[in-house]
Amino acid sequence: MKVSRQALWLPIGALAFYAAIKLLQFGGMISKYWQLVLDQGLIMVIGALGLSIIYGFTGQFSLGHAAFYGLGAYTAGALDKLYGQGNPAFFLLSLLAGTLLAGIVAMLIGLPVLRLRSDYLGIATLGFGIIIKVGLDNSNKLIPMLGGATGMSGTPQLAKFDLIFLLTFICIILVRNFIFSTYGRACTSIREDEIAADVMGINTTRYKSMAFILGCSLAGLAGGIYAHRYPFLHPSNFDFLKSFDFLLIVVLGGLGSMTGTIITAIAWVFLLEGLRFVLGQSFIDWRGVIYALILIVTIILRPQGIFGGKELSILVPKLPLKAPGKEQQTYAGPGS
Amino acid sequence: MPVLEVSGLSKSFGGLKAVNDFNLTVEEGEIVGLIGPNGAGKTTVFNLITGLYKPTSGQITFLGENITGLPPFLIAQRGIARTFQNIRLFKGNTVLDNVRAVSHPTIKYNLFDAFLRTPRFYREEERVTREAMDLLEALNLAGKAHEKAGNLAYGEQRRLEIARALAAHPRLLLLDEPAAGMNPAEVRRMVELIRAIKDKFKLTILLIEHQMGMVMNLCERVVVMDFGQVIATGTPAEIRHNPLVLEAYLGKGATVA
Repeated sequence: MKVSRQALWLPIGALAFYAAIKLLQFGGMISKYWQLVLDQGLIMVIGALGLSIIYGFTGQFSLGHAAFYGLGAYTAGALDKLYGQGNPAFFLLSLLAGTLLAGIVAMLIGLPVLRLRSDYLGIATLGFGIIIKVGLDNSNKLIPMLGGATGMSGTPQLAKFDLIFLLTFICIILVRNFIFSTYGRACTSIREDEIAADVMGINTTRYKSMAFILGCSLAGLAGGIYAHRYPFLHPSNFDFLKSFDFLLIVVLGGLGSMTGTIITAIAWVFLLEGLRFVLGQSFIDWRGVIYALILIVTIILRPQGIFGGKELSILVPKLPLKAPGKEQQTYAGPGS
Repeated sequence: MPVLEVSGLSKSFGGLKAVNDFNLTVEEGEIVGLIGPNGAGKTTVFNLITGLYKPTSGQITFLGENITGLPPFLIAQRGIARTFQNIRLFKGNTVLDNVRAVSHPTIKYNLFDAFLRTPRFYREEERVTREAMDLLEALNLAGKAHEKAGNLAYGEQRRLEIARALAAHPRLLLLDEPAAGMNPAEVRRMVELIRAIKDKFKLTILLIEHQMGMVMNLCERVVVMDFGQVIATGTPAEIRHNPLVLEAYLGKGATVA
């Protein structure tokens, strides 16, 4: 097995982070409240990585990411509440169901819309997000246990920090492996110039759909974990503002940077909680204003986002490939 | 068997006939020049051959197979690559990734191999990276492999577009004004480069160009278009004295000095 020494730093770094959190937990330094915030940060990492694939790497603008997050949450939550009885294997199965459902729905929406160029996906996903929100608000008329606008509780709270951390780590690795493969290169070439990619032999509809389905599945997984970490699901957790959360994270972190998405997702959750401390109840009213301000300031000062398409080498080590051959003859072209 | 056979090709945009009953046969190993005044429909012909536009009527046959109406990516995979008049690189990606992206259809690992990084993934990544570096080496761009394509100088971007087109292993290469905006010395080097890659990669080349020096120097056969139609075909020497061609370029009554 070929593994460069550089590639070992990521698991080592993850273990160190895990150990540090564990130590703080045993030392009683992390209150239940801040543990919840940290877990939410990790869940947001998974969901935001999904949007990062769709928007950051493939350039497809989606405004309905929270809808897929909500689909995953309600699917996994309801299934486990009905049949799970605290069985951990069933818990994992319900996560899988939420992930798959989000992916299938993404396929149904994506395949017709992604054939088109330009920003139709943004409009379609915006509409879809509103439909899901309205659907969840009225869900009790069809399935009483979903609770409709009063929310749903009773999902077994089986997602503990250890498991959330492990799932986040696995997702990071898988997304990294996807992006830094021929599939990722197909996606970024579509982002850079869809017509050129098409003319150069890349099936653009296929890879736009693949990115969209993969990204939405990650949102579904994040939602499923969320449902097992927060005892109360409410449609307002999955509305347009939540989609905007994901979008802000990806744009602020820098389009086309996994590192940026991961760090910004965690920082964003902590920032929101910090603001809740400072502003108290009025935070809810000020949220829209604060979002807009942060976005405007970023666009003016650092339009490429915090990481501007760069990656930390710990996350993306160089592939251990042999040095390329140099036996070729060189032709001096123009301008050389 | 001709590499490319275009017969009765027409394309209308509303009332405008951009290409009207266009016929062309390109034999294996030829370099054919496609010239004509601005707006004659040359780039439209390229867009029709590569599938970006669907023809209103007519047929395009490539290596004996009808490719009319196929989507661009399938035509590309059959062996037609092109460059663009207004350079269209994947600007935000590295030079190396511009070339490797185009190797995509040749990759022999699947999504599962990519996610789990199986030995097959490493083997294939190594292969396409080596091939891409060889191409960059051949076009004198290897030193810039890890720079962003958008940061290259103009001449380098032109060469990178050719490298990227070659990565698709084409049989037929369509070059849309490869020497646009270049000075005479650079044009001369571009001519050498095109000759060199033609021999090395066993290409057939169809070339749009406004720099007559380049066309006369490079092409064995020239096709002249005006108002969407072929008005003349022949060797560069024949074309130079064709009254119809002179009329198209210079107006009625023009003669060679």
